[in-house]
Amino acid sequence: MEHLLNIFIKSIFIENMVFAYFLGMCSYLAVSKTVKTSFGLGVAVVFVLAITVPVNYLLENYILAEGALSWLGAGFETIDLSFLSFIMFIAVIASMVQLVEMIVEKFSPALYTSLGIFLPLIAVNCAILGGSLFMQDRAYANIGEATVFGLGSGVGWLLAIVGIAAIREKIRYSNVPAPLRGLGITFIVTGLMGIAFMSFMGIQL
Amino acid sequence: MKALRKLLDNIKPHVSKGGRFEMLHSTYDAFETLLFVPNKTNQNGVHVRDAMDMKRNMIVVVMALVPALLFGIWNTGYQHFLALGQEVTFLETILHGVFKVIPIVIVSYLTGLAIEFAFAQMRGHEVNEGFLVSGMLIPLILPVDIPLWMVAVATAFAVIIGKEVFGGTGMNIWNPALLARAFLFFAYPAQMSGDLVWISGLSTMEGVDATTGATALAAAVEGNIGSFPLWNSFLGIIPGSIGETSTLAILIGAVILIFTGVASWKIMVSVFLGGYFMGLVFNLIGINSLMQVDAIHHLTLGGFAFGAVFMATDPVTGSRTETGKWIYGFLIGLFAIMIRVFNPAYPEGMMLAILLMNTFAPLIDHFVVDANIKRRLKRAVVKA
Repeated sequence: MEHLLNIFIKSIFIENMVFAYFLGMCSYLAVSKTVKTSFGLGVAVVFVLAITVPVNYLLENYILAEGALSWLGAGFETIDLSFLSFIMFIAVIASMVQLVEMIVEKFSPALYTSLGIFLPLIAVNCAILGGSLFMQDRAYANIGEATVFGLGSGVGWLLAIVGIAAIREKIRYSNVPAPLRGLGITFIVTGLMGIAFMSFMGIQL
Repeated sequence: MKALRKLLDNIKPHVSKGGRFEMLHSTYDAFETLLFVPNKTNQNGVHVRDAMDMKRNMIVVVMALVPALLFGIWNTGYQHFLALGQEVTFLETILHGVFKVIPIVIVSYLTGLAIEFAFAQMRGHEVNEGFLVSGMLIPLILPVDIPLWMVAVATAFAVIIGKEVFGGTGMNIWNPALLARAFLFFAYPAQMSGDLVWISGLSTMEGVDATTGATALAAAVEGNIGSFPLWNSFLGIIPGSIGETSTLAILIGAVILIFTGVASWKIMVSVFLGGYFMGLVFNLIGINSLMQVDAIHHLTLGGFAFGAVFMATDPVTGSRTETGKWIYGFLIGLFAIMIRVFNPAYPEGMMLAILLMNTFAPLIDHFVVDANIKRRLKRAVVKA
């Protein structure tokens, strides 16, 4: 239990998708204009990450990795399908995103229109694929750990995007120099937020 | 006085609109308002007259910083001669401190003000008073042996990237002084941490036991907190950044700030509460030596008190809603002690905790305002 909590805290703060790895930047920069929409997108990312990481975990450990197919019989022990992992992960992610899109369109048409193209683009959000690849790389021991990791990474991303959205809502009234308005100042804000998140670097849990 | 007024009046036509040095008008404006009470009156619209304008606000903070500065000067000299093992007079102690500390203050002010003036001319706004405080805060949170060029680089970074790109005073998201320190901390860790930088001249002294230069927090990691009794760290007779050691001097500043209403007492109280709460929780767990440090003792160590009184209360970067201030302050205290205890690389958690909560202050405000709107909407029953 304590172990799961550690993974959760670690994936939110210490190994934050945005500030530690700078993943998922495109939607992070593009949809962070208001807190409300960014919250919606953040929840969608949490949902997708929390489902795709465990599903990909099962794929990885029972089909793709070397020797994973041994449950089929003795003849399958040497088969290594890991070269297929990218395409399989992406397929899982893309179908999950389709699902999310349908749910959002059904239950919150307003959010659906305000997210626009960025909702289907979650499929190619690097934070999502990154989540699955980190899961593969770090070799979590069981599906519980993988789920908690996916959930934590999503929550970390959500925190980052609502944080910057609130800042962008605030600096809308600031007298930012003309050449920096828009994306320029957002990049600077992201960098400075990264400095603030450096406080968690190196914490051993 | 009259001659001065006359001189200013003579210069005025040249820097007004259409004059030869029109671009220097905000420099002129800054000096004029510094020397004389401006006689400009608003011609239209509703306006509130209040003696507490921004200049006076900032000057009050600078005055509140003076006790910490004076104590820092004395402590610099005291620690230096203590490490050398020499007995010297009070005057010599003070002189050593003055020669060490004042250059840092001057460099910080010169760099910052030069950039502020340049930006004011280019962008055509008034020279703002905000840097008066930042320029004093920056030296007080640096170790005394810091090379002067580093002070200049950090100040330039803080003023340009931390403040001017957002549009100047009142629009920044992060406290510029803390950004300067964080910049130095990550860019030049050798000059900002360790056991040698906190006492002036210690790194070049020969035959001196280097462990005498450890800060109380570094000692606490080793379990040696006993050599820093509570009373010493409260008075501030310990190595540390220039202005942060003496909780007593800082509390005098806090009284000035609260009495004049310049800083929010809610933030100060909630920061201390948060720190105390987290300290108590860690005391209960108590598995490493930092966790066993008494909760009250934690509040007097490192930059905690200084950050709580002068940094967290910054009205620009902190939460602006009243409920938000409690949440914001409490979380600062909480995170400061937590980072301090959990992160062996950064014994000084206060700086990063405040920067982190600066990041989330707009979000806290957003949710507080949102909750208020919802509550009031519920109360307002519209009859059809």
